[in-house]
Amino acid sequence: MPPALALEHIECTFSSRGDSSERYTAVRDTTLRVGEGEFVSVVGPTGCGKTTLLNVAAGLLQPSAGTVTVFGTRLAGINSRAGYMFQTEALMPWRNAIANVMAGLEFRGMTREEAFARGEEWLKRVGLTGFEKRYPHQLSGGMRKRVALAQMFILNPQILLMDEPFSALDIQTRQLMENELLELWSVDRKSVVFITHDLEEAISLSDRVVVLSAGPASRPIGDYVIDLPRPRDVAEIRLVPRFIEIHAKIWRAMKEEVLKGYAQQQRQ
Amino acid sequence: MRSSKDNKGAKARLRLRSVQLLVLALLLVLWHVLTSPTLLPPIYFAEANQAAFFFGEPIKVFARLWQWFASGEIYEHLWVTLVETLLAFLIGTVSGVVFGLWLALSPTASAILDPYIKAINAMPRVILAPIFFVWFGLGIASKVALGVTLVFFIVFFNVYQGVREVSPVVLANARMLGATPRQLLRHVYVPSAMSWVFASLHNSVGLAFVGAVVGEYLGSAKGIGYLIHQAEGFFDMNTVVAGILLLTAFALLLDWAVGLAEKRLMVWQPRTVETERT
Repeated sequence: MPPALALEHIECTFSSRGDSSERYTAVRDTTLRVGEGEFVSVVGPTGCGKTTLLNVAAGLLQPSAGTVTVFGTRLAGINSRAGYMFQTEALMPWRNAIANVMAGLEFRGMTREEAFARGEEWLKRVGLTGFEKRYPHQLSGGMRKRVALAQMFILNPQILLMDEPFSALDIQTRQLMENELLELWSVDRKSVVFITHDLEEAISLSDRVVVLSAGPASRPIGDYVIDLPRPRDVAEIRLVPRFIEIHAKIWRAMKEEVLKGYAQQQRQ
Repeated sequence: MRSSKDNKGAKARLRLRSVQLLVLALLLVLWHVLTSPTLLPPIYFAEANQAAFFFGEPIKVFARLWQWFASGEIYEHLWVTLVETLLAFLIGTVSGVVFGLWLALSPTASAILDPYIKAINAMPRVILAPIFFVWFGLGIASKVALGVTLVFFIVFFNVYQGVREVSPVVLANARMLGATPRQLLRHVYVPSAMSWVFASLHNSVGLAFVGAVVGEYLGSAKGIGYLIHQAEGFFDMNTVVAGILLLTAFALLLDWAVGLAEKRLMVWQPRTVETERT
C-alpha cells in the first residue's frame, strides 16, 4: 500500500524578485514518507524550512524539484485530502466561531442548515458550546485554537498538516490542547505531519520524529521511532524513563544543528 | 461596581459635551462681538461696518437660515444638492469598489494601468468641471460626474490596498478549506477590504459635497452652491456663511449615516475597549 503522503527528493529554492542571483535554498533533497494512521513530527532549529516543507505537502507551494504523492497519486494544486492548521491566526475574523467551523462545508456546497448542525456538533466536541456567536477577537488564544481544530476536523481530512499550532499558547493551555488533539486523533487515526521546534512536544505526541538540519538547504538527518505506549497523557509521559532516554538520544543528534541555526541567526 | 463605573463614564462624557458646547458658544460670542458695528470700536478696519462685511454676523446668518426654512425656498435647492451628492457618493463608491477589486486581483491589468492611474490621481480633478459642463450640460449630471471623479479614487485606492493587505495565512487557510476563486472573493477579499472601504467612505462624504457644490458654483440654476454664488455676487456674506453652515450640517449627517452602517456591518472588528456582555 502506498504511504498516505510521500515527499520525494524535494528541493525549494527561492529567488528574490528582480534579482535572480540572490537565491536561497530552504530545503534540499528531502524525502519524507508518512504512513496511513501515522503521527510524524518534524523537528529542527528555527529557520530550517519546516514550514516550507509543510506548504509543499499542502500544495500551497510548488517545489523547485521533487514530487509529492498522496495515497499514490501525484499531487497537483491544493491537497484536498489534507487539513492544515497554521501557526498564526488563520480564522476569518469577520466570521464568528460557528461560521468559521462550518466554512469548509459551505465552500463544498453543503446547505447552511446541515453545515450549521455539524458545526454545532464540532464546537461541542472541542468544548465551545455557547461560544457560537463569538468573533475570533472575543475568544482567548486557546479557544481560537479549538475553533481552528474543529474547522479542520469537520472536513474529515485524511491527512493533518500542523505547523507549530500550539506554539503561541502558554504551557498549561498547550498541554491541554495537545491531549485534546491526541484524543481527537485517536478516534480514527489520520496521518499527521506535525511541525514543531519543541522536542518534548514532538516525542510526547508522535509515532516517529524526523530531525531536520539547520538551514539553508536543510534535509533530514535523523529518523526516530517513538515506542511509547498509547494512549498518552502529554504531561505525564514526560516523566517516564523511556521518554527521557529517547529525548537524550535525539537531543544529542539535534544539539549541533540547533547551535548552527543559532549562529546563523546571529549573523543575520 | 459596574454601575458606578458606567456612571463615571456617563459623567465624563457629559462633562466633555458641555465643554464642547462651551467652545461653540464662545466662538459665536466672539464672532458676534468682533463683527457687530456697535459693540466695539473698529480695531483693525477703518469703518465700523467693515468687519461685518468681511465675516458676516452670526445673528443675521441664523436669521437667514431661519428665513430659508420658514419660507420653504431652500428646499428645492437643498434637494438638488443632496441628490447630486448622494448620486456622486453611490456611483463613486460602487465603481471604486468594483474597479479596485478587479485591478487588485489581476496583476497584469494593474501593471499596465498603473502609470495612468497615478497620473489621473495626481491631476487636480476639479478642473474637469468645464469639460463635464460641455459633456453633460448645466444640470445635475455634470455635478454628479465631478463628484464621482473625486469619490471614486479615494474608494478605489482603499479597496486596492485592502485587497493587497489580506492576510496571506487567512487566504491560505480558506484555500485549504476548499474555497474556489469565486468563494475567495466573496468570503475573504471583500470582507477583508470592507474596513478599508469604510475608512474611505468617511473621507469621501466631504468630497461628494465638494463635487456638487463646486459644480453648482461654476454653473447652475439651482442648489446650495448656486445660492452661495449668487449671494457672493451681492457681497452678501451672511448668506454665504449660512450656506456653508447648512452644507456642513448635511455632510455631518451623511457621515453619521456611514458610521451607523459601519457599526452594523463591522461587528467583527475589535474595538479598543470591550467588556463582557454576559
